[in-house]
Amino acid sequence: MSILVLADLHEGQLAGATAHVVAAAEAIGGDIDVLVAGEGVQAAAEAAAKLNGVTKVRVADNVVYAHQLAEPLSALLVELADDYTHVLASASTTGKNVLPRLAALKDVSQLSDIIAVDSADTFKRPIYAGNAIATVKSDDALKVITVRTTGFDAVSEGGSGSASIEAVDVVVENSQSSFVKEELAQSDRPELGGAKVVISGGRGMGNGENFKLLDGIADKLGAAIGASRAAVDAGFVPNDMQVGQTGKIVAPELYIAVGISGAIQHLAGMKDSKVIVAINKDDEAPIFQVADYGLVGDLFEILPELESNI
Amino acid sequence: MKVLVAVKRVIDYNVKIRVKADHSDVDLTNVKMAMNPFCEIAVEEAVRLKEKGVATEIVAVTVGPKAAQEQLRTALALGADRAIHIETDERAESLAVAKLLAKVVDEEQPGMVILGKQAIDTDNNQTGQMLAALTNLPQGTFASEVAVDGDKLHVTREIDGGLQTVALTLPAIVTTDLRLNEPRYAKLPDIMKAKKKPMDMKTPADLGVEVASKVSLLKVESPAERKGGIKVASVDELVDKLKNEAKVL
Ligand SMILES: Cc1cc2nc3c(=O)[nH]c(=O)nc-3n(C[C@H](O)[C@H](O)[C@H](O)COP(=O)(O)OP(=O)(O)OC[C@H]3O[C@@H](n4cnc5c(N)ncnc54)[C@H](O)[C@@H]3O)c2cc1C
Ligand SMILES: Cc1cc2nc3c(=O)[nH]c(=O)nc-3n(C[C@H](O)[C@H](O)[C@H](O)COP(=O)(O)OP(=O)(O)OC[C@H]3O[C@@H](n4cnc5c(N)ncnc54)[C@H](O)[C@@H]3O)c2cc1C
Repeated sequence: MSILVLADLHEGQLAGATAHVVAAAEAIGGDIDVLVAGEGVQAAAEAAAKLNGVTKVRVADNVVYAHQLAEPLSALLVELADDYTHVLASASTTGKNVLPRLAALKDVSQLSDIIAVDSADTFKRPIYAGNAIATVKSDDALKVITVRTTGFDAVSEGGSGSASIEAVDVVVENSQSSFVKEELAQSDRPELGGAKVVISGGRGMGNGENFKLLDGIADKLGAAIGASRAAVDAGFVPNDMQVGQTGKIVAPELYIAVGISGAIQHLAGMKDSKVIVAINKDDEAPIFQVADYGLVGDLFEILPELESNI
Repeated sequence: MKVLVAVKRVIDYNVKIRVKADHSDVDLTNVKMAMNPFCEIAVEEAVRLKEKGVATEIVAVTVGPKAAQEQLRTALALGADRAIHIETDERAESLAVAKLLAKVVDEEQPGMVILGKQAIDTDNNQTGQMLAALTNLPQGTFASEVAVDGDKLHVTREIDGGLQTVALTLPAIVTTDLRLNEPRYAKLPDIMKAKKKPMDMKTPADLGVEVASKVSLLKVESPAERKGGIKVASVDELVDKLKNEAKVL
């Protein structure tokens, strides 16, 4: 078996998700190469070489791969894929954008969002917003897979930098798509997908200004801040904060849901958290059915008290 | 330009699904079905493009059993001009659906194809990207804004870190995210009119596409149930439990 992992980048740096995808590759077994593609990504390549389990890092450093556009990245992967039995990426917006395109170009299926590896060709994946878990087997010669990072504990960093780093000089053409601009959320908080504690606000927060009530608690706990779709749709907070079936999937040690009713689409994104706390004024809210600790009451009274007590 | 919209019949998003006792699949007998919510957004976007004078004709297409015609009628009531039903009772998975849609693109030569970003049953999030690969067209996935600018299509995409805007040559493939628009409801007179709009019937065989896939579904299980916990009476009790019982603070 030989596996190619497409590294996830965040502003040119290696994103935390990659260490989880390498863990999924280890569960499959075999040589693991990591592809780092972008512009000015030498540092990311060095970070990838430090991950335990990685055999070789392949670096495609060229302006055509900047911003991770799907058309050139999938064309690059097509050139490399024949050396491998599996191509893996995280189920990030980049992985989801690029891997199905690669799969179709190679005339194979793609398996989305796997959460467990049964064998080199059999995997588990959630369907219906996580309300059922399917076991699927692929008989395709090349397996193209996106990995749900919460399903696999990240590999550690060996520190030795033992994996070799090798340049890939394939440069593809791209006249179909071009980058215009990016508006990235600036935050000193941990990324939602990797945070140990997540505190999320819903429609019950009332407005965007009130999300500040979560800030002090998040500061004290080193938490990331999330939101329900209703809070995002209402314009309280930006889209990258949405947790759920169609937003980010999180599984922190502690998830605190504030003013969130607990719709199945929201639960799909957080119900694998270790401990769930719900704060809601409606004691019938469905969120209490999945919460380890529920506190019924007005969030505007509870949040300041919580901030001062922790 | 002509706009092609792909719509999928799925379980209604409010329905709580159940796994069959023999673990072969989920039980869909007598379950309420509807148009995939992301496909509703796709239809709405096409209709708005037509209202703006950008789109001249909207063609809705689905792959599925006879009953999927209901969703095509809904698309017609919402403003599609005609529909194409590719009928199959087989489990057509994303690659097969994309191959069928690619044949339709070949025949219809649309300027734009709009699909949902994911179907809420299989949650695959792949059909649009695969269609783009097979037709060798650029893709603007997870769109929250779409604007035609001369011979380019500007698509603002919802990505993990925020928003990204790309410019694509036309024709192009777009997949919709939740915030692209808020779909309208079909009005009764439009539902009546939709019954008279043309619907073409085809089969995968007509299009020369093999639906069978190399991926097999071995088993479907319920996820581990989370047992409900307790209610605490105060913030003090909550903090105490988190520190001393759950040990997460
Ligand atoms: C295709 C599709 C995909 C979706 N994807 C997602 C997704 O990814 N993520 C997601 O979250 N949703 C998603 N949704 C939306 C989902 O169905 C719900 O509409 C949404 O999660 C509701 O958000 P909410 O809980 O914040 O709002 P509501 O359901 O309105 O709940 C607000 C809660 O706040 C409580 N509250 C109000 N005031 C106070 C107060 N002062 N103190 C304490 N509690 C208070 C209320 O009791 C209520 O329970 C999706 C829907 C569809 C159709
Ligand atoms: C009759 C039938 C029965 C099935 N039975 C089962 C089953 O029992 N168990 C099971 O696990 N799977 C079943 N499937 C397969 C599953 O629904 C496929 O995976 C699916 O059709 C492919 O789309 P997706 O959900 O992967 O699409 P995604 O990539 O998640 O969907 C994205 C978008 O692609 C477009 N799209 C997707 N599918 C279609 C379509 N059929 N027609 C038009 N546009 C489409 C829509 O715009 C959609 O919003 C069945 C499929 C069919 C047609």
